[in-house]
Amino acid sequence: MSFNFLYHFGRYLLMLRSSIARPERFSMYWKETMRQMNDIGVGSIIIVVLIAVFIGAVTAVQFAYQLQDSFVPKYYIGYIVRDSTIIELAPTITCLVLAGKVGSNIAAEIGGMRQKEHIDAMEIMGVNTAAYLIMPKVIAAVIVIPLLVGIACFVGIMGGYVASVPTGLITDAEYIRGVRSFFEPYYVFMMFVKAVVFAFILTTVSAYQGYHVKGGSIELGQASTQAVVYSDILILLADYLIAILLTQ
Amino acid sequence: MIRTENIFKSFADTEVLKGISHTFESGKTNLIIGRSGAGKTVLLKILVGLLQPSEGTVWYHNVNFSQLDKKQIRAIRMEVGMLFQGSALFDSMTIEENIRFPLDMFTKKTRKEKLDRVNYCLDRVDLNGVNNKFPSEVSGGMQKRVGIARSIVLEPKYLFCDEPNSGLDPKTSIVIDELIKSITMENNITTVINTHDMNSVMEIGENIALLYKGELAWTGHKDEVLDSDNQILQDFIFASPFLQRLRKAALTKG
Repeated sequence: MSFNFLYHFGRYLLMLRSSIARPERFSMYWKETMRQMNDIGVGSIIIVVLIAVFIGAVTAVQFAYQLQDSFVPKYYIGYIVRDSTIIELAPTITCLVLAGKVGSNIAAEIGGMRQKEHIDAMEIMGVNTAAYLIMPKVIAAVIVIPLLVGIACFVGIMGGYVASVPTGLITDAEYIRGVRSFFEPYYVFMMFVKAVVFAFILTTVSAYQGYHVKGGSIELGQASTQAVVYSDILILLADYLIAILLTQ
Repeated sequence: MIRTENIFKSFADTEVLKGISHTFESGKTNLIIGRSGAGKTVLLKILVGLLQPSEGTVWYHNVNFSQLDKKQIRAIRMEVGMLFQGSALFDSMTIEENIRFPLDMFTKKTRKEKLDRVNYCLDRVDLNGVNNKFPSEVSGGMQKRVGIARSIVLEPKYLFCDEPNSGLDPKTSIVIDELIKSITMENNITTVINTHDMNSVMEIGENIALLYKGELAWTGHKDEVLDSDNQILQDFIFASPFLQRLRKAALTKG
């Protein structure tokens, strides 16, 4: 078990080392990075917005219920929605969802190329396949995913407003007061740190699963599933570690 | 010229190649033949560096290929073209983009120069006017020809073909064989073809290496096949009763 983990971890590090290299032709890498930004960013925006709206809404409704018959002021709903969205829900939930959508896509794309001998064909041409196939995805993800997380954060807070103000749980002025109370800009920094780390994890882990796939369609399906499962586990582990490190 | 010296390769406990020493000559169509599981593909992958031998050395002229680091291997690979069994064309790219890919990646040619080179290669494999089609829109034989066009676009010194005729009808196979042979002769390329197609052996086999259970069982020219008394070769080439009768008739006729 531990040998297996060390074997994969070592191979993962070797893959990362190979992927950090001077591009053979900068314009080709640039083109690929732009394509990935479009696929990851534009391709994920609808799902991210949908999830963020509902998470914000549910958070607001749940806290409103918890605060019923208590002495805690109602405007705290806005404050709690804002902080929980910034610190945890926007970066973590968004990246867990993206691990499912983007991660499985990366594993399937690279794994399919491995099985159809496209990677071998590129290697024979002299292309550094680890760099060409992985680096643009990582760069695209660490730029685009924090932007998606930022959008998710804004939309989540708006979701909280939509779920609580028009339904009469809280007034417009109270919600806005809550959102503006006790604001710590440091939490926004924490959110973006999480987003960058999670983006790196979900792209590299998924790329690793696809890059080293063997066998046929069943193995490709397994690689895709493992990409999501391992990315999710590592994202949650990293979430915990970042929380400890940045709240000391 | 490519030379292998005492190549061994094992996967876990299975020894796939057992001491292969052979020279693949420049300007000739060098064939690796043998039954399925004989080790042909493994040898080809070792020759191009996709697999490392357990023991032994591969020489590209005077360069010890087995001792090069990744960067040096990539430099040599700029001189290598390969046609894959399944063509390995990038599905999301058009045929023109597929052939242009190595030019985009490794050369500083202008757009027009690249297009001229792509069109020359397409013309060379007799496939004009398919630039904007996708690989899925053309036949298997055409895909092979696109694969050849892509493999020669950087004017390689070495050309590797992994079962170029698999899945093709006999007529198209002959076209592909003749194409590979003429390209080899025109450019004095060292071409290594991995095949079990008997037509190829008898038509373009200028330097044949027969593998049998991971060992080199016979080497020679296509003209020596008929007269050879090597039983492994005869069992492989003239496998069916019909071909055995044909051989007998040919030998009787002299």
